[in-house]
Amino acid sequence: MTGTLTPPSLREPQAPGETSSHPRERRRRLGRVGLGLVVPIAALALWELGAVTGVISTRLIPPPSQIATTLADLASDGALWVHSLATTLRVLAGFALGAFAGTVLGAATGVSNRFGTLFDPTLQALRNIPSIAWTPLFILWFGIFETSKVLMIALGVFFPVYLTFSGAIASVDRGLVEVGKAYGFNTYTLIRRILFPASLPTYVIGLRNGLGLGWMFVVAAEFLGASEGLGYLLVDGQQTGRPAVIIASIAMFALLGKLTDRVLASVGARFTYWQDGFVREGATR
Amino acid sequence: MIELISVEKRYPSGLLAVSNIDLGVAEHEIVAVIGPSGCGKSTILRLIAGLEAPTSGTARVAGHDVHGPDQSVGIVFQQPRLMPWLTVEKNVAFGLGKGHESSPEVAEVIARVGLTPFAKALPRELSGGMAQRVAIARALVTRPPVLLLDEPFSALDAFTRIDLQTHLLEVWDWYRPTTFLVTHDIDEALILADRVVVLGGSPGSIQADITVDLDRPRSRTASSFHRLQDESMTALGRSRASQAVAEAARVEGVG
Repeated sequence: MTGTLTPPSLREPQAPGETSSHPRERRRRLGRVGLGLVVPIAALALWELGAVTGVISTRLIPPPSQIATTLADLASDGALWVHSLATTLRVLAGFALGAFAGTVLGAATGVSNRFGTLFDPTLQALRNIPSIAWTPLFILWFGIFETSKVLMIALGVFFPVYLTFSGAIASVDRGLVEVGKAYGFNTYTLIRRILFPASLPTYVIGLRNGLGLGWMFVVAAEFLGASEGLGYLLVDGQQTGRPAVIIASIAMFALLGKLTDRVLASVGARFTYWQDGFVREGATR
Repeated sequence: MIELISVEKRYPSGLLAVSNIDLGVAEHEIVAVIGPSGCGKSTILRLIAGLEAPTSGTARVAGHDVHGPDQSVGIVFQQPRLMPWLTVEKNVAFGLGKGHESSPEVAEVIARVGLTPFAKALPRELSGGMAQRVAIARALVTRPPVLLLDEPFSALDAFTRIDLQTHLLEVWDWYRPTTFLVTHDIDEALILADRVVVLGGSPGSIQADITVDLDRPRSRTASSFHRLQDESMTALGRSRASQAVAEAARVEGVG
């Protein structure tokens, strides 16, 4: 016999984001979050201090306390929610559309040589047009309302998702693909059971990139005529000379962007916990 | 059980990998193919597996011409090639389709390779030897009549390799599949196989066919083992010389 075997750390595969209930583990996690907050809190404190001591002119650069008050005012009269919701919904709709198209076309060009040779050069050429340059045309074609905005965002989301996914498929280990071929898998089964799961970690990064661009494009879209949304709030703050409103909207963009990215990343992590990648030094898996 | 009839394989690049291969493997027999790298031994295995098609000649498995990958053949590659996102049992059940990971066949073959405690582990938690045992289990789960091994232990350290050779014979004893092993390790071939086929030349062709008439378990130190080592070594030496001559001739022809 080959000797008796004792399982090593045979824990159930545990998805990250799923905190273990061990108190020491939880403390370490809290400590990590705390460390991440040190820099922004220090920066805010310095900023406030600069405003109070008069080093920073509060007329153009309002201190954090004034921004907080502005945010509270906007929240209490409901405007903050209306604008945030409008923007978030646009981003989500555009993201869904762009990510879907990017996934389908990315899979097609990544898997099929014929499809790739046919479409990839065109898509690569279109990618080099700054997507904002399409805006006037989109407004002519689809009007000034929601359709053109959502399509603008979708266009921004599409390219990173498309590029990352088709690239990820192309770099899947040939050996794994051959295992599927030895089982006589057809193309569809090959995609579903090997190519897609194997490219999932990279695909999630593509989706996160896409989402980030979606938040960028929603601002551009809302600048060009919107009656609600955080982009509208930005323009409104500029036109009425209220820098606190501008910075408050920027803060909301940061918050919402970070929040949606966090959700996407942790959903992604749930599907890619199996990765045998580099673990950051000093970190625990 | 396996038959190759005047098989020739030329790659689209024009490279003639093997030619004039006639080889038979009887049911329940273990045949090892050894030869220097580049002699086309892996090509022969891929032709039997249906992963490639011969340019001329026929490959037959279990009485049928090979026209592509077939469920009557299980393959173990040099690398374990486990799906890193699947647990051991799901990897073993990979070819059976979804939901089969808890079937008794899967549990049995995992027990046969001694990995029952690891059934729910991920590939990243396994050692190289354990991962290769999962690959063996995956190849055997449907009990295919033919087992193909493509340098299965050459990526492992010497101790693990010897362990796994012994282990393979135990697992093989389960239902004694007809086995075709490609290796570059003479000792491995002599420990495992009933016959050792020496491949050489360029394009590769069969140089010698040595019967290993030793009882199992075999001792690596017995004089009869040494005699066969010498015999294989000599045949291999001849084949390497002929390959060198062929390559030199080709270089001259080009230049």
